[in-house]
Amino acid sequence: MEKFSTLLSPAIPLVQENVDTDQIIPARFLKATSREGFGEHLFKDWRFDEQGHPKSDFILNNSEYSGSILVAGENFGCGSSREHAAWALVDYGFKAVVSSYFADIFKGNALNNGLLPVQVSPSSLKELLAAIQSNPMTGIEIDLEAQLLRVPEIGIQEHFEINPYKKTCLINGYDDIDFLLSQKEKISAFELKHIEF
Amino acid sequence: MGKTLFEKVWDNHIVDTVDGGQEILFIDRHFIHEVTSPQAFDGIRKRGIGLYDKNRIVATADHNVPTKDQHLPIKDELSRLQVDMLTHNCEEFDIDLYGLGHKNQGIVHVIGPELGVTKPGMTIVCGDSHTSTHGAFGAVAFGIGTSQVEQVMASQCLLVQRPKTMRIIIDGELGNGIYSKDIILYIISKLSTSGGTGHFVEYAGSAIRSLSMEARMTICNMSIEMGARGGMIAPDQTTFEYIKGREYAPSGQQWEEALAYWSTLYSDEDAVFDKEYVFNAEDIEPMITYGTNPGMGMGITQHIPTTQEVERPDNLLQSLHYMGLTPGASLLNTPVDHVFIGSCTNSRIEDLRIVADYVRGKKKADNVQAFIVPGSKQVEAQAKAEGLHDILFEAGFELRGPGCSACLGMNEDKIPKMEYCVSTSNRNYEGRQGPGARTLLVSPLTAAVIAVEGKVVDPRKYLNEEAPA
Repeated sequence: MEKFSTLLSPAIPLVQENVDTDQIIPARFLKATSREGFGEHLFKDWRFDEQGHPKSDFILNNSEYSGSILVAGENFGCGSSREHAAWALVDYGFKAVVSSYFADIFKGNALNNGLLPVQVSPSSLKELLAAIQSNPMTGIEIDLEAQLLRVPEIGIQEHFEINPYKKTCLINGYDDIDFLLSQKEKISAFELKHIEF
Repeated sequence: MGKTLFEKVWDNHIVDTVDGGQEILFIDRHFIHEVTSPQAFDGIRKRGIGLYDKNRIVATADHNVPTKDQHLPIKDELSRLQVDMLTHNCEEFDIDLYGLGHKNQGIVHVIGPELGVTKPGMTIVCGDSHTSTHGAFGAVAFGIGTSQVEQVMASQCLLVQRPKTMRIIIDGELGNGIYSKDIILYIISKLSTSGGTGHFVEYAGSAIRSLSMEARMTICNMSIEMGARGGMIAPDQTTFEYIKGREYAPSGQQWEEALAYWSTLYSDEDAVFDKEYVFNAEDIEPMITYGTNPGMGMGITQHIPTTQEVERPDNLLQSLHYMGLTPGASLLNTPVDHVFIGSCTNSRIEDLRIVADYVRGKKKADNVQAFIVPGSKQVEAQAKAEGLHDILFEAGFELRGPGCSACLGMNEDKIPKMEYCVSTSNRNYEGRQGPGARTLLVSPLTAAVIAVEGKVVDPRKYLNEEAPA
């Protein structure tokens, strides 16, 4: 997993609420057996028409917008547990998603793949989306160490929450398995006294 | 202070608590399938480690198996590769696999309970969000991502943040023609698609207690559709009777011991939930969804909200544009193109019986293509043994082999663009059943009545007095 420290980038505004993982990566593209290459199918049916031509009204096809931060409407990532959704966003080039609410499983999957979910207040999200829409080059700074999202242009500075353990993992590029493997003795001892039918 | 059912089961599986309050949770059973496991097996190989305990893993192929000609090689090359890879991985790591053609093959959330693998008090995970189904037995069961599948393979544990608790009480008696699918669609329509996020839900109340195990599974199955981590129901006599005698159920002295333990699994009277909701069963109509997430549901006689009635009219309009529907309209009399009966939500024997009971001696409407995909080989065999297959066949339903099928359109069972599919599955997202497909989620009875009438109708108007409630 890539290490995460501070990110400074313009962002892409996706105003829809309740973006589900079937939109992020439709099920018919889940047949790959590796983690790579899902970026080309990211938001497939919103991004491309049936002939495979880019749909001009979808935000990722608007050349005014660029950057490694996706700013999305409330309840991003609901639905299926497919980690392919996180893989597709990372493969496409996103390093962080900002929203006012994330679905649980998606949030966990993102953190396990070095994709930082940044939860901000609904009012900040609204301001942020408006600022990016009026100036696509609006710079957003995400400082993981300080747990701050800053948008100097519109005077936003907001603290965001992240589990301290997950923060350490992201900063150092560790994953949970390394940690769990180091706990094997405790796990075996637990199993010995664990009763199960 | 007493404990909730969830806390009793969860606490019984805590190995340790670490930095930031994360807990190491021991996992009793791990179900795997072909879509979310290959990258996890790869990870295990790359790390050069083995599985923590192969005997705690149960595998099946369900998501992209074909539902026709299951004895032939899978035509779609990528699907075949993925299913073959599961077989190969299970051979290499010596894992029990109920693969295509096996008498126990089926949708992972159908076969777990029917084999008696799923039991009260367990922790159960699977790389699939509908793992919440198993909570109907009083298990803590939830869906995980592939990185976590690898974690469980490697350590039999997950590093997790303890969810909050929520109780949803449904008291009263369900009306004629109202099923557990209507209860859960009703709850989600009230709480929205994110109303349960961060919470583990317990369903309680007299309406829940009166349900069969299969009906309870339907409710717990869709917990994720309101964003909840999982859903569970305290085990009772109905639960014990369902489990007894199944392949992996305890027997003899062990059964008695299990029963003694399982009987302690309920929320204490003084237990405190972070959130609580109470609904009345009498308020629940047959439900149908009109939009593009499972929270966009209504009683079948109600009208679609107008733009003045919702917080975000832009979202409503976008959704209705996709669905080809109008704000404020009724869905009644909307012609339907397809009826799909299947998925981990409603593909069990009771669901098939409800459909067969209704369509016996009737014919599906000419404008409707109706197909039934049983949840497992065992459900399929049982349906044949009970003569349901003949009834359904004569009514013009196409009968397929088991799998996830048109619930998510990973195999060839896709609904064509802009066509309406009345479906007993769990998700009505854009493109879920195929690019451009328009999904209306309902109960099996509602689906059966609509298949015969060819348009959206209130099923209660078509029931005779002795119809099962």
